[in-house]
Amino acid sequence: MSERFLVEAVNDALHVELERDPTVLVLGEDVGRLGGVFRATAGLQERFGADRCVDTPLAEAGILGTAVGLCMAGWRPVCEMQYDAFSYPALDQLINHVGRYRWRTRGKMSFPLVIRMPYGGGVRAPELHDDSPETYYVHTPGVKVAIPSTPADAKGLLAAAIRDPDPVVIFEPKLIYRTARGDVPEGEYVVPLGEARIAREGSDVTLVAYGAMVPLAERAADALEGEASCEVLDLRSLKPLDEDALLASVGKTGRAVLVQEAPRVCGYAAEVAAVLAEKAIFDLRGPVLRVTGYDVPYPYWQIEDAYMPSVERVRDAVRRVLAA
Amino acid sequence: MSQVLPAEGGLRRVIGDGEALPDGEVEGLEPDALLALYRNLVLLRTYDERSVVYHRQGRIGTYAIFWNHEAMQVGSAFALEARDWIFPSYRESAIGLLRGMPASTVLSWWRGHPAGWWNPAELNVASICVPIATHVPHAVGLAWGARLKGEDRVALAYFGDGATSEGAFHEGATFAGVLKAPAILFCNNNQWAISTPLEAQTAAPTLADKAIGYGMPGIRVDGGDVLAVFEATREAVTRARGGEGPTFIEAVTYRAAPHATADDPSIYIDPERVREEMENECVGRFERYLLRAGVLTDTRADEIKQEALELMRTGIAEAEGEPPADPGLVFEHAYANPPPVLADDLAELRRVLGE
Repeated sequence: MSERFLVEAVNDALHVELERDPTVLVLGEDVGRLGGVFRATAGLQERFGADRCVDTPLAEAGILGTAVGLCMAGWRPVCEMQYDAFSYPALDQLINHVGRYRWRTRGKMSFPLVIRMPYGGGVRAPELHDDSPETYYVHTPGVKVAIPSTPADAKGLLAAAIRDPDPVVIFEPKLIYRTARGDVPEGEYVVPLGEARIAREGSDVTLVAYGAMVPLAERAADALEGEASCEVLDLRSLKPLDEDALLASVGKTGRAVLVQEAPRVCGYAAEVAAVLAEKAIFDLRGPVLRVTGYDVPYPYWQIEDAYMPSVERVRDAVRRVLAA
Repeated sequence: MSQVLPAEGGLRRVIGDGEALPDGEVEGLEPDALLALYRNLVLLRTYDERSVVYHRQGRIGTYAIFWNHEAMQVGSAFALEARDWIFPSYRESAIGLLRGMPASTVLSWWRGHPAGWWNPAELNVASICVPIATHVPHAVGLAWGARLKGEDRVALAYFGDGATSEGAFHEGATFAGVLKAPAILFCNNNQWAISTPLEAQTAAPTLADKAIGYGMPGIRVDGGDVLAVFEATREAVTRARGGEGPTFIEAVTYRAAPHATADDPSIYIDPERVREEMENECVGRFERYLLRAGVLTDTRADEIKQEALELMRTGIAEAEGEPPADPGLVFEHAYANPPPVLADDLAELRRVLGE
């Protein structure tokens, strides 16, 4: 074990996996010489050479499209999208090919590529450096999605993604890249996809969150101490969703508040709410409430805090569901 | 050696017209190879013409016609080795036939039957790419990735003139140039993207002019001349294998058939120009060349056409003989390790279907 920041755990995972498997290579904008704008890929090019940590032209669809071809040549590419919203041009490749190519070959060829990107707001950045685009990815058949909230999970989920035979997208919460700090196992470490984590046990209400919303939910749980006993469920994998863990927790507490940064309409919380409606309706003792971003463009950073889910908004939602 | 005719827009040609324009020849192509080229042309022509009939008979679905594109497909593919990869668009749906893929496989694709979805690694023919130009980066990634592994492989991607307007073409070509990928970007410029003519597609004087922006040579060739196409592609293959990077080939023809079986070109196309093109179509041009050269006889030509027709008769019979696909296949192959909910969905579907 050693203590690392979340972004350092990402870097550690990449070092370990490139060392373990000579067919893993990293490609993206500024990932090589610079080591990434967040230093997530620092040291890889020195250690593994310019052919395994590749600085590409500034073209996200080109990065992902080239990665599809790399898979066909027997590589396991790990693509970095520099920022959440920069990945939108690559959705062309994601939807048209990444999620479909294995199916197209009737399972004869695998496309074990990884897309990783920093995502989310709260970092006082220019426009389109703050988005939470996970729904676009989750909605795409053939693609898996995971979002860590701790350094250990950042390492373990990325390792699982790299080893997975299917395309996996990892969203890294940049807000807590260098504030989330914790013990990270040394060497090879894998956190299986599809397994949620109970971040905190409680009995009155389940706060369902992922990524940077997990520490926020934990702070809200602290703020509600003495008033309500909150369980915090960190989903970790959005696809596959750990329905067993979700239903077990909500079955126990009878209440759920779902927290996401992304806009509300058709966001991931809507899917979680639908699963609860279909499979847990008789366990529920109050409405399922969502605390989300709003259905507007992510705002100017001077007022972004008004958009982001906050301790106050989560606390308010918990009070409402308890009063129902 | 091919002749460059500036008056024709600098299109390379080998085949003459049997009158004023003399026939040339391509170094290294012996009579056996010339006959193989002819057999391939006839195979694709027969495939295409029969497919239109099968569509009218309701035996295959909507079909993208490639009549008069055969010389571009045959000439270029002939310059590749079996280890090289081909990335077809829907216009080259039958390109696998040139590598021994059964006609029934491609016909099944157009019938929407799972038997038509082949394993690309078997013949190094990628899946048919339906969205325009998005497979260009795939070919570049494969070519680059193979070179990184020390393998001697070239990847060739086919696309049309309209595809050069797409971002995916631009990004793929940019990567190919920067990475010096052993890739060939083969543009079959038939001058129409459904109803949009080339002059509404680009303000560039020629599509080959675009190549300079990616740091690669651009070659213009007569797309109706199978020998000129072969020769140009062979040069590109030599460059790629020699580590000199990618080449853009613009093969120029004129679309003499509808875009697809659902299209009505009489609304937009010049019928006079189509008539000219039909008279000068690429399979007949090569057939007359071989007859003039004494490499082919009418009898042999008929035999080859009969063989192709027989192959298609077998192909459609096999495709129609495929057992109906199980609805459970809906859930297969999207994932190696599928999310558990898909098994629940399948069980529910089977229950509702009363199985």
